[in-house]
Amino acid sequence: MAQLHFLANPARFRRFSQRALPVLSFATALALAVGLYLALVVSPPDYQQGEMVRIMFVHVPAAWIAMAGYMLLAALGASLLVWRHPLAALMARGAAPVGAVFCAVCLLTGSLWGRPMWGTYWVWDARLTSMLLLFFLYLGHIALSRAYDDPGRGDRAAAILALVGAINVPIIKFSVDWWNTLHQPASMMRLGGPAIHPAILTPLLVMAVALLLLYVVLVLLRTDTEIDRRRLELAEDVRGVAA
Amino acid sequence: MTKLLEVAGLACRRGGRPVFDRLSFSLAEGELLVLTGPNGSGKSTLLRALALLVPAEAGTIQWRGANIGADREAWRAALGWLGDLDGLKGDLTLRENLLVAERLRGSEPAAARIDAALATFELVPLARRAVRTLSAGQRRRAALARLVAAGASLWLLDEPLNALDASSQVAMRGVLERHLAAGGLAIAATHAPLGIAGARTLELRP
Amino acid sequence: MTGFAALMARDLRLVWRRPADVAVVLAFFVVATVLFPLGIGPEANVLARIAAGVLWCAALFAALLSLDRLFAADHEDGTLDLLLLAPWPLELAVLAKCAAHWIVTGLPLAVLAPLLGVAFGLEAPSLAALGVTLLVGTPTLSLVGGLAAALTLGARRSGALLALLALPLCVPTLIFGASAVGTIADGMGGGEGFATHLAILAALALVSLATLPWAIAAALRQAGE
Repeated sequence: MAQLHFLANPARFRRFSQRALPVLSFATALALAVGLYLALVVSPPDYQQGEMVRIMFVHVPAAWIAMAGYMLLAALGASLLVWRHPLAALMARGAAPVGAVFCAVCLLTGSLWGRPMWGTYWVWDARLTSMLLLFFLYLGHIALSRAYDDPGRGDRAAAILALVGAINVPIIKFSVDWWNTLHQPASMMRLGGPAIHPAILTPLLVMAVALLLLYVVLVLLRTDTEIDRRRLELAEDVRGVAA
Repeated sequence: MTKLLEVAGLACRRGGRPVFDRLSFSLAEGELLVLTGPNGSGKSTLLRALALLVPAEAGTIQWRGANIGADREAWRAALGWLGDLDGLKGDLTLRENLLVAERLRGSEPAAARIDAALATFELVPLARRAVRTLSAGQRRRAALARLVAAGASLWLLDEPLNALDASSQVAMRGVLERHLAAGGLAIAATHAPLGIAGARTLELRP
Repeated sequence: MTGFAALMARDLRLVWRRPADVAVVLAFFVVATVLFPLGIGPEANVLARIAAGVLWCAALFAALLSLDRLFAADHEDGTLDLLLLAPWPLELAVLAKCAAHWIVTGLPLAVLAPLLGVAFGLEAPSLAALGVTLLVGTPTLSLVGGLAAALTLGARRSGALLALLALPLCVPTLIFGASAVGTIADGMGGGEGFATHLAILAALALVSLATLPWAIAAALRQAGE
């Protein structure tokens, strides 16, 4: 009886993802192919930074998706706390590591970008530092949701954390920007890169769409995994009680 | 006799697994409901669900004809709670604990009622000792005194005879009988028989 | 109001009966602060430059130390259930507990830090700025820490997890608190004065006050399930 209750939403989701994944995967591959071609071949090298500027086509979209991913965690958290949707909890569990990886990719590409330009692997620039703090927020969410023997308790605690974290993200960004302008004279470098002009805008947007599709595909896959895992846990309990 | 408490179709899950389903009962003034059943059958969960500490998956709880969800604070004010933990601060004296407990219920403590409660459970000589220096049985009696001093209408009791010696159990029964006689209601989860005449039983199965 | 005042009074009385709990936190603050000159070197101008940041960071860590007992003690002896069952808003109870925590942790840290600042070569105006910014900033730390404590009630590795959750959320307060002192100490403020920094610190405290008690109460209800 109660098993049906759990399955109601996740079963519908499973049917949806089974139909959507092949389509989305194909679209992702296509967008990535086009985007990478535009980024690596078509777009011009920067007169200052040369070929390395191409890292921006991954670094900037990764930053956007990492931020959006955390807002997704907050929205899923609200859905869990207000309507108690079991699917929201499972999707949050699946999406958090994916968002964290995009965050890490942003940090890594930022680090690689900085190295040839300024000879250092880490620059305390506003965006990178904000991304680093966002990465810690992701780690906190992942750790908290797995810190309880009762997974439901972990899901709900992480949901509250995601909501508070989402409110804090703009505050943290504001304070880090402030901190950055305080401690760096105006002539100091910014990892923002060159001004955005049309030749760069198109590849950037295509790559952004491609990476977003990749994010969606990964989240759907991971949510499927979490559904299976939760089913397995419940099945083991039932068998355990019957035995 | 009008039923003050009406529970219909109550269902609860704990840790994602169902604990009880479609529970219904009602309680009138002066009635005691005893919850029996093996460990893990959901007696404590039912008490916590009635206290709104655990959310119910389904069902309604009505107090004096109104859904308790409509005015939760009024419901909490009507409840007297005795959980499996004592709810006492070890570094405060027994008397301080009772005074604070009353204030935390939002009311000014009535010294007379507190003194009477202490006397009922023979705690007067211990009143000025720090709770951490008391034995388990003495602490349990102190928790009972806290419950009695609160003067609530519906008592929710989780294993009220736990850790009590024979004379304390007699005192507990006496207190419960007086509460029921004065029109109070009580729901008690217990392994040991309470021995109160006229008590109804609800058996829970896992 | 009875309940709020009673809860604050109870928590303060409990600390009064065990003053060692507060003393340990303050001792840690001093020890942690002293580690920096030992690790970095005692040159006066270096110490003066890092003083505000070091003292703010050490205060942050010290405030975190006492947090894991904020709700855990009540959870263990059953008094948290009584708070969840009290017929007045849980959010007020949360506020009472965080306020009591601030009085025994944040407030002493705000008083102690300027004394340590002398050892770092800070001048009187900077010392005053340090005390004032900590006074305005530490309530936010008590609230954010209270949230982390409530979220990790009964979790595995709750101590380290509490720090992981709380520290990123404390970064804005840290930045504005430390740089506020910086505006006085070496005139560096990016063009904004001490008053602006202090106003932002106060705004952070007010935002926390307006939002966190509800989040903490929600987390405590989860713990009661």
